[in-house]
Order: sequence, then C-alpha cells, then structure tokens
Amino acid sequence: MQEFDLVIIGGGPAGLGAAVAASEQGIKNILILERENKLGGILNQCIHNGFGLQLFKEELTGPEYAQRFIKMIESKEIRYKTNTMVIDLNRDKLLTAVSKADGIFTIQAKAIILAMGCRERPRGALNIPGTRCSGIFTAGTAQKFVNIKGMMPGKNIVILGSGDIGLIMARRMTLEGAHVNAVVELMPYSAGLTRNIVQCLDDYDIPLMLSHTVTNIVGKDRLEGVFIAPVDENRKPILEMEKFIPCDTLLLSVGLLPENELSKKASVKLSPLTSGAEVDEGRETNIDGIFACGNVLHVHDLVDHVTEESYIAGKAAAKFLKGLRKRSYVIDVIASEGIRYAVPKYINPVNIEKDLELSFRVKDICKDHYVSVYFDNARVTHHKKKILTPGEMQTVKITSEMLSTHSHCRAISIRVEKE
Amino acid sequence: MYDVAIIGAGISGMSIARELSKYDLKVCVLEKEVDIAMGTTKANSAIVHAGFDAKPDSLKGMLNAAANRLFDQLSKELDFHFRRNGSLVLCFDKKDIEHLEFLRQQGIQNGVPNLLILDKAAVKEMEPNLSEDVVAALYAPTGGIVCPYEMAIGMAENAYENGVEFYFENKVLDIKKSDDGYRIITDKNTYISKVVINAAGVHSDEINNLVSSNKLNIIPRRGEYCVFDKEVGSYIDKTIFQLPTKLGKGVLVTPTVDGNLLIGPNAVDIDDKDDLSTTKSGLDEILNKASLSIKKMPSHAIIASFTGLRARTEADDFIIGEVPDAKGFINVAGIESPGLSSAPCIAMMVKDIVVEILAPQEKANFNPVRKGIPHFSEMSNEDRQSLIAQNPAYGQIVCRCETVSEGEILSAIHRPLGATTLDGIKRRTRAGSGRCQSGFCMTRVLDILSSELEIKRTEVTKFGGESRLLVGKNKEDV
Repeated sequence: MQEFDLVIIGGGPAGLGAAVAASEQGIKNILILERENKLGGILNQCIHNGFGLQLFKEELTGPEYAQRFIKMIESKEIRYKTNTMVIDLNRDKLLTAVSKADGIFTIQAKAIILAMGCRERPRGALNIPGTRCSGIFTAGTAQKFVNIKGMMPGKNIVILGSGDIGLIMARRMTLEGAHVNAVVELMPYSAGLTRNIVQCLDDYDIPLMLSHTVTNIVGKDRLEGVFIAPVDENRKPILEMEKFIPCDTLLLSVGLLPENELSKKASVKLSPLTSGAEVDEGRETNIDGIFACGNVLHVHDLVDHVTEESYIAGKAAAKFLKGLRKRSYVIDVIASEGIRYAVPKYINPVNIEKDLELSFRVKDICKDHYVSVYFDNARVTHHKKKILTPGEMQTVKITSEMLSTHSHCRAISIRVEKE
Repeated sequence: MYDVAIIGAGISGMSIARELSKYDLKVCVLEKEVDIAMGTTKANSAIVHAGFDAKPDSLKGMLNAAANRLFDQLSKELDFHFRRNGSLVLCFDKKDIEHLEFLRQQGIQNGVPNLLILDKAAVKEMEPNLSEDVVAALYAPTGGIVCPYEMAIGMAENAYENGVEFYFENKVLDIKKSDDGYRIITDKNTYISKVVINAAGVHSDEINNLVSSNKLNIIPRRGEYCVFDKEVGSYIDKTIFQLPTKLGKGVLVTPTVDGNLLIGPNAVDIDDKDDLSTTKSGLDEILNKASLSIKKMPSHAIIASFTGLRARTEADDFIIGEVPDAKGFINVAGIESPGLSSAPCIAMMVKDIVVEILAPQEKANFNPVRKGIPHFSEMSNEDRQSLIAQNPAYGQIVCRCETVSEGEILSAIHRPLGATTLDGIKRRTRAGSGRCQSGFCMTRVLDILSSELEIKRTEVTKFGGESRLLVGKNKEDV
C-alpha cells in the first residue's frame, strides 16, 4: 500500500486547480488519479473558445485552458496517473484503484479531494417514448465523436435541451456540415448562457423553440425523425399541436448529474438539491479530510468558477493537512425563497480569513428583483438585479465584518425579493 | 445437408440447440438478426416463474415448474446469472384472498414446492417497502430472476462448442419440402435439413404457414418496461406480482439479477411485429400500476425504458410438436410467458421428438460446461490482480458506470459467436447498460469494435442493419 498526503480523484479542471493550490501551500506528496488517457477532463473536447475570460482575461479554448494547468502540474512536479480508475474509497481515506500499468493498488491518503465531475442525463431520465434506434446521443458524446474522433454522428439534427453543451453542439455540427433543425427547450427559458444563445444559435439562424419538447422518437434501425409539441404551463405536451421533424440524429442536452458514486462509498453526505456533497466554506464534506470541488459538487456554468472553487478546496485541504482547519461553531447557509440551492452548505466562521463568496442558483427567471442576504432575521445585503436566470450561477459576498457583527448567527439565508 | 435446422436464435431455439448438441446430429441455427437473443428474449420480465400461474393441463402448467428446478444446475454449467429471490403475489382486498388460495392449489398441482399464503405482517416483514394496502400475498420461494440474453448466449456458445453451426443475418424466405427433408431458402443461401424446428418467436406463424395448411396466427402483444438505476435496485428483494383485479392484469416490480429495479409490462395487442416503440400511455400505465405495489415509486431513477413483444396465439398455450401435415417440421410457437422459465423443458420436449424421428446416438464427448466472460465488477481484488497479470487489458476500465474492463470487451468480441455490435457488447458485458447509458463508453467501445473487427468506424452499428452510429467524417458536406 502506498501513502500520500493528498490524493485528488479526477484530473479535469477541478482536480488540476486543487492540486496546484495545495502545492502552492507547500503540500508536497500529492497524487492525481485520472481515468482518461490524459489530464484535462472534459476541456479536451471543448475546442471552442470563451474559457478563461474571468481568470486569465483571455479567450482560450478548452484544451488551451487545460494546458495552462497541466504545465503548472508538470513544473511543480505533481505526480499523476492516467488511465487509472478509482474503484473504491472508504471514509478512512483508503482507496483502491486499477490500471493496466499498475493492476489493482491501494493508497492510504491523509486527505482526499473529490473532483470526478459530472455526467449527462440520458434519454431514459426523461423517459421519452418511441423506438430505441441508433442516432440518439447525448450532446457530450456527439462532441467527443466530432472534436476528438473527427467523426460525424449525424447530418440532420434536432437538439433537445438548451444547456450550454447543446448550444455549443448546435454550432459545432453546423460548422462541420450538418443541418441543425432546431434546439427544443422544455422550459420557457434557456438553461444556457446568453452569450451561447447569441453566438451559437442566433448567428447561425438556428431556431430555439422554448416551451417545446420531444414527444416521440421514430425510426427502426436509425432515427428517422422526432415529434415535437409545445407544452402548457405545467410542462405537459399539447399533443394536438404535435408535429414531425425528419432527422437522423437527436442530441440530448438535458442536464448534468454530479458523479458521486465514490463519494457515497465513502459515506459522504449528499445534498438532494445539488446531487453533490454538502460542504463547508473550505469545500470539506461531512467526512473529515474529504473535500469536493467542481462539477462533482454542483454543476458550474464556467470553468473559471470551477477553478476558483478548486483553489478553495486545495487551500483548505492544505490547511487540514497542516492541522490548521477548525470545525467548531457552524452557521447554516439556507437557500430560501426563490433560490434553488446555495454552496457551501455550512460556514465555520473561524476559518474565514477575509471574505467568502456564496454561489447560488435561482429557481425561475426574475426581472428587477433583489437578492438579499439575511443573518438570521436581519437583512444584511440587498442588491437589485436586472435579470436572474437559473442558467447563470450567481454569487453574493459575505465579509468577515458581517460575520463578526453577527457573531451569534445560526443561519445565513439567501432570498430573492420583489422589493 | 443438416439433420436439424433451427429457425430463430432466441431462448427457445438456443435451449433446443444446446439440448440437441448432446447428440450425434448435424445441427444449424438460422437467425435473421445479427446476434443471438434479438427478439423477445432481449426484452421481457427476466423472471423464472415458480409455475403456479398456468392451468395444470396446459403445456405451460406442465413445463414451467419442472423447468424451474433445472435453473440452478444450468446457471452453473453455462455461467449465467440466476438468483432464486422468491416471488410474492400481492392481494389488496380481503375478498380476493381465496384467489391466492386458488393459485396455491394450482401451483401444488403443477408441482411448485413450498407455496405459502402470508398475512400482511409477514409480507411486510419480508418486504418493508411494499404498499400499506397489501392484505396478504402468495409466497413462492422457488421464483427466480435471470439474465435472459446471457442465458441464451450461454446456451448458444455451449451449443457451438459442441458442434452446432450458426448462420446470422439469414432471413428465411421460403421452405420447400423435398425428398430428403426441407429446403430452407434464406436471403443469403439455401439450407437442406431433414428436420426443421420453428422457433421464430413472433414470426413463428409465418414460418409455420410456409409448410402447413394448419395456419397459425401470432398476435404480437406489446409489453413496456422501465429500468431503474442500481441505486434503487435493492428497494425490494422479491419479484412482486399483483393479483389480477377488475382493472386488469397487474404489473410486476422486481430486482433484476444484474442489480437494477424493473417494472412492467402492460399488454397491448398490436399489428406490427417490428414495432418495438414505447408509448407515453404505456409508460404511464406501468408506472401507475406498479405504484400500487410499493410505497414510493423512485421515478427519478429511471435509466431506460423498452418494449418487448410476446408471441401470443389464440390457443393461449405453447404450441410444441411435429406438424401433422409436414413430417419432420416441429413447431415451437406461441412461446409467450412463461417461455423463458420453461425453455429448458421445452428443449427436452423437442429433443424427444427429434430423437423419435432421427434416432441419433448420444455424443460421448459432449461438454456441458461453458465459461462466460470474467466480470471484473464481481471479482475479489485478488482475482482481479491475477487476471490483470495474465492480461493487462482487464486493468483498463472502459465502462465506468458498470466497471467493465477492456479485457471483457475484447473477450466479448473474440469468443465463439462473439459480439459484432454495440448492443452485442452491452448484452455480453453490460458496458453501456448503466446509469449513463453508454454516454461515456460508446466512443471507446466503437473504436474497439472497429479495430478488432477490422471494419470502418462508420460500419459499426448499434444492432445490425442500418443502425449505424456514425455517418461520416467531419466536413464531408461542407
């Protein structure tokens, strides 16, 4: 059995950022375990630009963004293993992994950062009726075929779901010579970033059909077409208005799910709201010394935010390893009226050096509403927002002054208010 | 010239092929699809019924309970997954308890052992997640769950090892009587055989009607199912049936032998034998009906839904036997539920007919054992380590949801009657059958199929025919 101070499960942007941050804090004995054949995670197939605007003030492609971190990993001589799958993890931070090169091996870690990312919801999660022909792919699978393999999964496309990957793939498939009939979205608003709607759909005249869904899938061997219909206010399809769109490919961009199978094995407590771990301000889970960051914790819109979060987890893990983290008096963070979820779930004020950001998503689109932060019943911040959409993650700042002013506070709640 | 030609590579045909491979016979299997178990065998409840459902004087009644007893040995010999988890028929109304007793008596006549009627307390103790509305249940400890395609593939591989020949993508177009038997004309070739066994599933009427004036009519009966994530796979342990009520026949809730939860089926007679579509109304129906059995339907955890077609005939029983106006032509038709459960005894019954006609010698060197693909996910770490030492490909995980290694996928391709399609890989290894439904592993499995079979990536299909996954290279149409 090998021993490491810090093992990071996942070599995507979250794992890489966490490794860099922990290393900068002086942690030497770090190992990153990556199941794919190279570091970088999903960034490797995201060849479009727009990454790094916040962090580097530059427009990078996904592989370029990843490469910046891979270079840091190499220069800091942080160890990593690719083609390595962690198959077991327990609450004592003992993990079992497997690879061609090493066979089955176990590692005892002093701290662990979970950075396994997320997966796409498949067709079954929506239970769309119809046949089980070929030609139905998640948008991410199609992206891998096109951007990594150079192969087209189809030429006449309908995309269900307007998450960012769906929008990006609408443009990508068009540029590679396919015809994209429409992007169909169940909700009355897109789940994707506004800039992606403009740059990926509007610029290519691809219609976005809001409040519509796919009601049936037709095709014996290969997909022959889909039925789509508008939905009523309860999101039930209005079948009288169903129409058929001939196509050979249906791409699904209908949501991402954090991949927490290993977290469960380690008895990490998960939030029903995010499907990720419940964490404190350092992204430490209920299990001492097990941290989580990136899309395994909650699904992010921008990789820049993933990196910021991974720095928090990496630094906190370093503190933990040095015996400097404290878990004592805890303030709950509550997603109150109009808020779907907030991260972190808990704050240990004693660990806050300066400021702290809370990330959250609203439940519905709201225009000209206020985002308020309450310390117990006292409203402490109150900011007007022109528009809030569930597709764009928001943050609010909690300063150390606020925490010291409300030093006996039990709960901080975030609310959306009309006035 | 063959002694026996079996039409159809489903569970009936494969059980018969294996049974006949014990004899000195030249046997071939003709299958229109690209693989074994592509029809009803791939899409059903995956249940080994205890055998109390059918009337004692029916073939179903006679064969089911007897075949049930053979599954322990068969699953060991052929290395397929089978678990005797037991079944419960739930009763929701005190007035219906007498119907449970009727089923129990019928089961006793059919030879089903240890049937018990349990009161609510005993049922709830056995299955705490059942609905509070349950008043009693019939418990059949011999009920089981099985992986039907794995079983059919196991039978097929074993038959092949014992000399049976297989011809896939051979659709039977016509059968003509000749002096020495039958000329079977497919879209690829002509096969001559003394004896023909019609195990063509929902198409067995068409095959029968090519040779007999005693016409059959199969009415495909659609049954829809939902499969749930393994995270809820142990929500219940037994196979849960419902007593038929005035609202119709109930649907079942069961764990699968692979660890998922399965609900279904409904029953809708349709016209098109190729229509494997699911419907909104059908999926709603099974979800609603299954909700009666359990406390809480974990709808959030559905990962797939599918349709299977039962080969229903007006006879309401299996049709097994030599056709009177076509000597040497044996029907195995109308094999609906409990066809999977009865398959081992159906095979023996057909074997007896063949032995009667051809009087073959038993083989001295019949090998009853088939070793399946090693499943990484089910092994101890010690066994994994030694397997990887022999072949490092078992250390490369390809399907992360079901922890399937590259070694398993290579074995699935290169073993006898190996996989040639994505679905073929899925049914042999479970790669792609997990919670992401092949989102992550599809690209890798496709590459492996392409390189191992030495075909272009655009030629790899999901399940044969025109079910290609890729249509070309980037920018071909720009």
